[in-house]
Amino acid sequence: MKGAIRLKQVSKAVVTVLGFDRKGIIAKVSHVLFDRGINILDISQTIVDGFFNMMMVVDISEPTCSFDELQDDLIRLGKAMGLQIRIQKNEIFEAMHQI
Amino acid sequence: MIQTNQILETLRMIDQEKLDVRTITMGISLFNCVCDDVQRLASRVYSRIARQAEGLVRVGEEIEREFGVPIVNKRISVTPISLITGAVDDPMPVARALDRAAHETGVNFIGGYSALVQKGMTAADRRLISSIPQALSETELMCSSVNVASTRAGIDMDAVRLCGEAVKSLAEKTKDQDGLGCAKLVIFSNAVEDNPFMAGAFHGPGEGDCAVSVGVSGPGVVKRALESVRGEPFDTVAETIKKTAFRITRVGQLVAMEASRRLGVPFGIVDLSLAPTPAIGDSVAHILEEMGLEKCGTHGSTAALALLNDAVKKGGVMASSHVGGLSGAFIPVSEDIGMIEAAACGALTLDKLEAMTCVCSVGLDMIAVPGDTSAATVSAIIADEAAIGMINGKTTAVRVIPAPGKQVGDYVEFGGLLGRAPVIPVHPFSSDDFIARGGRIPAPLHSLRN
Repeated sequence: MKGAIRLKQVSKAVVTVLGFDRKGIIAKVSHVLFDRGINILDISQTIVDGFFNMMMVVDISEPTCSFDELQDDLIRLGKAMGLQIRIQKNEIFEAMHQI
Repeated sequence: MIQTNQILETLRMIDQEKLDVRTITMGISLFNCVCDDVQRLASRVYSRIARQAEGLVRVGEEIEREFGVPIVNKRISVTPISLITGAVDDPMPVARALDRAAHETGVNFIGGYSALVQKGMTAADRRLISSIPQALSETELMCSSVNVASTRAGIDMDAVRLCGEAVKSLAEKTKDQDGLGCAKLVIFSNAVEDNPFMAGAFHGPGEGDCAVSVGVSGPGVVKRALESVRGEPFDTVAETIKKTAFRITRVGQLVAMEASRRLGVPFGIVDLSLAPTPAIGDSVAHILEEMGLEKCGTHGSTAALALLNDAVKKGGVMASSHVGGLSGAFIPVSEDIGMIEAAACGALTLDKLEAMTCVCSVGLDMIAVPGDTSAATVSAIIADEAAIGMINGKTTAVRVIPAPGKQVGDYVEFGGLLGRAPVIPVHPFSSDDFIARGGRIPAPLHSLRN
């Protein structure tokens, strides 16, 4: 439609990081995301008894690589740092928790 | 925006409570393969399946990775083979073609070596049923089913007799594997055309060319949810199950829609099921025990299962645009650690299981009985179960394993999702003369609904 503003379709994913706290977790995860053209939309973290728990909502609309490559990068980083790092498309959380 | 605790809850369901999508099943019509030359028919069947389901496993694995939810099985169901083998003398080449196609596409199982004979058998139906022992013992991934009864048609007792004999013969042919062949054969009453679960899946004649359906799972999630309402009244129990079933089913619906879109195949149905596995924390029996029963199978088990089955449907139905298949709680003995324990300690008997099938989604499932159980007794077990289905207007089924050489107290070991089961007793009194009568048990009065 002429003159209508087309909103960009945003595709989101959730990155979760679980493991023992140490320096540089957010820095290293953010670095991988930045390298792959991923924008961080929201971030939250808690530490309970030294156990690190972080969640990021990220925009994967314009990545510079495939979802699989991004996932592999994050899993590799997780292994190197002794953390469990996952990326899952946002739809599964929306499906389960929103009507 | 999704909350942190919601994300953590989803991860906990997947990691600790074994939430998974049990199967993506692609139903494929084989009517366009019909031919009176059996080799050409088999070749067409192979090509049709290999082409149509080429991307099924890849797409399933993609969805699994991207959404982070396990999709345990990818399966194919096809048109009941007796319907496409009317013009050939021997259905065995088609059986081999199905198995080859399953291997080629990389799926876990292919179902549909089936006949629908609730009212009577064609020559092709008889040929197919008599070939089942050979077909299932010579193939690896193929599953078979026979529908011998329906509320509308009554029970075909000639087919019931043949099926009892087929089960016995199949057990004997696969005796080196504890009668494993019998785990791939289901005898139905009121079979459904869009069931994504094995071993009873087939793509019914009323279906289109192709469809993808999804079967969900998640007994562990329901068990965990009920742990938080211990001692509270059943109203609360039912509400808790409904909410949990809604969430589980939404995941199934999401996966089904994604699979449909990526494969370019219409979405069929979501089967609202609670399907256990032998893993700890994935048991339907333990849900019943969580409601307050010391052991599954004791008095109260049927009522507990009725509540569970109903609440799963009520919670799930709003979460999916098309619900179908078997939809409800499964109670397979060998595939459920709680059922195995209950059968082993004598709490769960064949008679109690039969009562429970009046209120669960299907029937007597994955039950090992002594190897010397006669074909007539197996047929009589099938007839009883078919009668429950016929009278109650529900699907029932029998998947029993007369374990060759085994006695009560021995175990059959299948491994994987099929698990292990203690051999439990059948009644020692004969049903031979009953089964020898043959003929048809007429449809019940309430079949006349027009």
